[in-house]
Amino acid sequence: MSMPAEADATSPKHLRDKYAIVGVGETTYMRGSGMTTRALGTWAVRNAIEDAGLKPSDVDGMLSYQSGDSTFSNFIAGDLGIRANFFMDVFGGGSSTEALVGMAMGLIEAGMCKVVVIFRAMNGFSQVRIGGTGARAVAPVSGDMLHSRAYGWQSAGQMFSPTFMRHMYDYGTRPEQVAAVKAIHSEHASNNPKAFYKERVSVAEVLASRIICKPLHLLDCCVETDNGTALVVTSAERARDCRHPRALIRGVVGRCSKPRLDMHYQHGPISTVAGHYAREILWPNAGVGPEDIDVTGSYDAFTFTTMLQLEDYGFCKKGEGGAYVSDGTIRLGGRRPNNTSGGHLCEGYTHGLNMVIENVRQLRHDADDSCPVGPDGKRQHTYDYREGGCRQVKKCELTANMGWANPGTGSAMVMRRD
Amino acid sequence: MAIQAKYLDMPLDIGDLDVENLAYFRHCAAHDFHLQKCSACGLVRYPPTTACPWCAAPKSEWVPVEGKGAVHSYTEVHHAIQPAFKAHTPYLILLVDLDTQKGQPTEHEALRVVGNLTTPDGKLAPKEMVRSVGIGTRVRMVFADAGPGIALPHWTIDEGAAQPAKPWRYPQE
Ligand SMILES: [Zn+2]
Repeated sequence: MSMPAEADATSPKHLRDKYAIVGVGETTYMRGSGMTTRALGTWAVRNAIEDAGLKPSDVDGMLSYQSGDSTFSNFIAGDLGIRANFFMDVFGGGSSTEALVGMAMGLIEAGMCKVVVIFRAMNGFSQVRIGGTGARAVAPVSGDMLHSRAYGWQSAGQMFSPTFMRHMYDYGTRPEQVAAVKAIHSEHASNNPKAFYKERVSVAEVLASRIICKPLHLLDCCVETDNGTALVVTSAERARDCRHPRALIRGVVGRCSKPRLDMHYQHGPISTVAGHYAREILWPNAGVGPEDIDVTGSYDAFTFTTMLQLEDYGFCKKGEGGAYVSDGTIRLGGRRPNNTSGGHLCEGYTHGLNMVIENVRQLRHDADDSCPVGPDGKRQHTYDYREGGCRQVKKCELTANMGWANPGTGSAMVMRRD
Repeated sequence: MAIQAKYLDMPLDIGDLDVENLAYFRHCAAHDFHLQKCSACGLVRYPPTTACPWCAAPKSEWVPVEGKGAVHSYTEVHHAIQPAFKAHTPYLILLVDLDTQKGQPTEHEALRVVGNLTTPDGKLAPKEMVRSVGIGTRVRMVFADAGPGIALPHWTIDEGAAQPAKPWRYPQE
């Protein structure tokens, strides 16, 4: 395929298309997994390695992320018989996926290892609740948290809402515009047999659900689930021997922040998020722009986070995110569908990894929907997006993923079909 | 000296090593709002830090700062996550732009101080009061005592200030 002319980049352009995601794997998205995060991680990593057409002994690098709520690479490696030349488990949740893909590229480029597995295993419903309830809600308040938790300002929804509210104030963004994100992602999930919530919901149903903390209704918030998810990253060259068409990495930006990381609200405009900075690295590195992208994968921890990311990465003008997410653009069949698996709002909550898995499958033209499988083992997509139908985007060539830790920190990645 | 206190039945814990937070809350305990002023560039900062966010200088002194400003943004919590707040819903979490140093050192910066909306005596505000406050509301700082050596700064409506005709509130009400 043809790509736009070279643009300035802040990192070496020679890494463009030099690395690929060759394997994706996941467990069932569930509540009450009845197993440890070690078992979840092992299940997902095994699936990802198999998907790549590799053996565990081909893997020599491991990366994972967590918040003191999961197993470590050592144990997954032990379970699967992986001997590592590099492994590291980093602290953090959302925004880690794309950042670790960038790190994997750097590790391989530096000659430290050759094939890297990235995983996230979590019992986000049955062990450490992602909504912040349970043990986290009653821990003593100390240190930096004295300026947040002491005020009943703890959960992600509570922490992000001043950004969401200010966006409505600054730009006149309407509740029903943002609610469209949930309605549309639920349509996508209804065509995803793996999704935890497969039922379609309407904008009216989102707005009629109870208020959690303004401006968030219950259905503006993502699902809490138990699951493991994993990716395999290797060089584009090595990737030629793998099972599927390569998802080549065009460009990546990892954990890019607004000023005042300690408390980003000190530096406004607070209705602007980290994508405002990250896009200055992402698009030049990728050598493409938002207008070239066929499918987006946003971090839909909330409906609002999708709207803010798509806006600040430049898919629409600043302040027009409400219109962009509600005018049909992001729906299957629209100009640029977003979160075709249903994302965090509907498929399952994985701290960002499942949206990357989905875009790899979109680039392979092999979204795992209910379309019939042909003699070549590939789905024969109908492109009929009605409930229970297809969710493959026609001629998907370029995707963008956007990770989110909070309004002040984000990561992103552009991939292309080989 | 370390502080262990309870506020709304919630344990607050500041260790001996956390000298910045100990100093901050000690001033609050005297119902006297102080922030660190950089000894090099002269800018005041919030929340407490161990060096200057603008010039990285380590030295600062605690200076009194007027607890007055306007609501920059907020959230109104209806479903509390922490047990301590379950009996107090709906409650407001306010981000307040202090008048002091607003728009400095750059246009979009301000000392944006967190607090709940409370009554003038520092109790979480009743429902009717919660409903009357939005972006633009003028507020003044009050304190909620939590124990020896610690009080939490909060915000109440500034009765003496000229208020906007209608502060901005979330539209679906
Ligand atoms: Zn300074």
